[in-house]
Amino acid sequence: MSFQVSQNDGVTLIEVEGQLIVGNRQELKQQVLDQLEGGDLKFVIDFANTGYIDSSGLGVLVSLSKKIREQGGELRLASLNEDLRTLFELTKLDTLFRIADSKEKALEGF
Amino acid sequence: MNPLSDRDLVLELPTDIQSIENAVEFVMSRCSTCSDEAKRLNLNFRVGLTEALSNAMLYGNAHDPSKRVLVEVTMGHGRLQATVKDQGAGFDPASVPDPTRPENLTRECGRGLFLMRQLLDDVSYNDRGNEVTLVLRLDSGGALEGGAQA
Repeated sequence: MSFQVSQNDGVTLIEVEGQLIVGNRQELKQQVLDQLEGGDLKFVIDFANTGYIDSSGLGVLVSLSKKIREQGGELRLASLNEDLRTLFELTKLDTLFRIADSKEKALEGF
Repeated sequence: MNPLSDRDLVLELPTDIQSIENAVEFVMSRCSTCSDEAKRLNLNFRVGLTEALSNAMLYGNAHDPSKRVLVEVTMGHGRLQATVKDQGAGFDPASVPDPTRPENLTRECGRGLFLMRQLLDDVSYNDRGNEVTLVLRLDSGGALEGGAQA
C-alpha cells in the first residue's frame, strides 16, 4: 500500500494505492495524524485504487474519524468499489462516514 | 512459507503481520473457480482469511515472534476450507460483542470475527479457541491449482 497526499483548497486529499490491511494501517494512520497535528482539519481519503480493506483498516478509519472530529474537523471517504461498500454496509460503518462516489464529489462544498 | 503437500495447501507462518498480505495472495493464487463465484472468492474468502490470520497473530500469539501460525487450505467437493491455528491459549468466540451495536460502532477493534461470520458460510472454533475453520461453499466445486481437485 502506498498513498499520495495533496492539498485542494484547504482539504487534504489522500489517495490510497493498494489494500489497507493490518500490516500497513499504521502508515496511513500516522500520515493523517501528522497532518492533523500540523493543523489540517478537512480530510478526504480516496480508495479508487483499493481492492479491499480488512477490519484493522476499517478500525483505523474509525479511529481517525473520531480524532479529527474531536479537533473540529471531518474525514470523508471517496470511490469505494462494490466490495468496499459491502464491507462498510455489513459493519454499518456507512452510517458513520460521509461517502462520495468520487474524490471530486467528496471535495465539493467541503 | 512452504507448501508441504501436493494434495492440500499447508503453510506455516511466523507471527509477523507483514507476512499476511503475501500469504493471502499466495493462497488466492492457488484457488480457481468459475467467474460467477469470483466475487465470493476474491472478497469473502480473501477478507475472511486475512481476518483469521490477523486474529491468530495479534490476539492468539499476542505478537510473540517465537510462535507460529499454521494454515491448511483444501478446495473441492463444492467447498473451500481454511483452518488457521495459532499457539496461544485460545479464547471464547461467544465473548466478542456485536460491533454493529450503536455503543460499539466507534470502537477501533472488534470487527474481525464479525466479518468472518458475515462473509463465510461457516465459521467454527475448536474447544480451546485457538483454531478457526472457515468454509466457503462453491457451486462450481472449484479447485486448488496443482493440488486438490473438485
